Amino acid sequence: MVDSSLSRPRSVDVRSSTLVGVLIGIAIMAAVDEIVFHQLLAWHHFYDRSTPTVALLSDGLLHAAELIILVGGFFWFADLRRRRALSNRLAWGGFLLGAGGFQVFDGVVDHKVLRLHQIRYGVHLLPYDVLWIASGAVLLLAGAGVVRWARSRRPDSGPR
Amino acid sequence: MTVAGPLAHAGHGAAGPSWFPLFPVALLAVGYVLAAVRDPRGWDHRRTASWLVGCALLAVAVGPLAQLPDNPSGHMAQHLLLGMLAPLGLVLAAPVTLLLRIAPPPVRRAVGRLLRARPLHLLAHPFTATLLTTGGLALVLLTPLYAAAERQPVLHHAVHLHYLAAGYLFAWSLAGPDPAPRRPGLAVRVGALLAASAGHAVLAKYLYAKAETLPPGLTDRDPDAFRSAAQLMYYGGDLAELLLAAALFAAWYHSRRPRPRPSPPPPPSPSPSPPPLIKKFASPEGGSLTQTS
Repeated sequence: MVDSSLSRPRSVDVRSSTLVGVLIGIAIMAAVDEIVFHQLLAWHHFYDRSTPTVALLSDGLLHAAELIILVGGFFWFADLRRRRALSNRLAWGGFLLGAGGFQVFDGVVDHKVLRLHQIRYGVHLLPYDVLWIASGAVLLLAGAGVVRWARSRRPDSGPR
Repeated sequence: MTVAGPLAHAGHGAAGPSWFPLFPVALLAVGYVLAAVRDPRGWDHRRTASWLVGCALLAVAVGPLAQLPDNPSGHMAQHLLLGMLAPLGLVLAAPVTLLLRIAPPPVRRAVGRLLRARPLHLLAHPFTATLLTTGGLALVLLTPLYAAAERQPVLHHAVHLHYLAAGYLFAWSLAGPDPAPRRPGLAVRVGALLAASAGHAVLAKYLYAKAETLPPGLTDRDPDAFRSAAQLMYYGGDLAELLLAAALFAAWYHSRRPRPRPSPPPPPSPSPSPPPLIKKFASPEGGSLTQTS
């Protein structure tokens, strides 16, 4: 983990490091959403009667993309590491950006615009929606902060 | 012969498990192991294990060993095993490479000619394979074909054979270690995986939503049974997509490994380097995810 700075320094791939973090962040947040809210809490429904067919299509596409992004992201991450082109700080920043971005997108577009499904049924929705979108925005801002901070310092792949 | 389950239909002759379909599966397994033993350069045991896992999944799907229930969920489990999980095990076992290793030169030349044939390239294009797998499944589930296959054993077996063949073709076109001339790059294959998986997921939810009317043409239907089958299809499809994506990206990762010296392969990757005959066909593996460096 620290050996990269001791051996001859390879150039850190700033763009790839950030982007791979974003991809993994999106996929992890999507998986958390799927597992926690669909499976464990059963707040969301597998299928919502009011879902139009077009939304079903976009839902299926997103769902399939999430898994591919998760697997591909991890192999890309491993490849960057192997080539010592990974900046851990940038990857973490990207991770927060991706996770927050997905949360906001899910809260605004999936829940409100496309009306694929709601967060919970039979309750007053506003506090749930506000909490959902606000938590995503906080993650998004934190990610932007970490990326800015990591880019302002000399990019190296120190731990974390 | 038929299973007297609560949902067994009258005249549902095709579902009765018999020992007969196990013979070809056993033949596949034994043939591969005999070939692997004869390989003069020593065949990778992991490939053999992968083949045997594939055969075992086939046996579960078609045989009376683990009797799948005779209801929509049971049929869906059969589809998942035959069309998605077993083919991946078979493909990762690289049976064509093994054949090229042990077969006499005339057979090898014939296989080489076949692999260079234009129609095969068209058939083995990831998007053709996607159309055959997911499109074939849609055809079965959205038309009266499902109801007809419930009545006619020959059609039933033909549908199963199609699942297996199309699933094999799809897995090979995306992630097969066997020689695949003119295989498209990583982006096309990932796109095909995305299209197939999304199609599968949409089809599953559509079936769930329309369980009262789909699949059409059934005389007695139990919508709840079809709903649980649709959920099984959705999550089983996820599992297959996950495994296929892992195989696809692992091949990409492997192809990008740094090679310090050209001569000996590094010890942590004991998978045999392809023999010269195959190298000629080997596709340019991957491309890269981005062009940054």
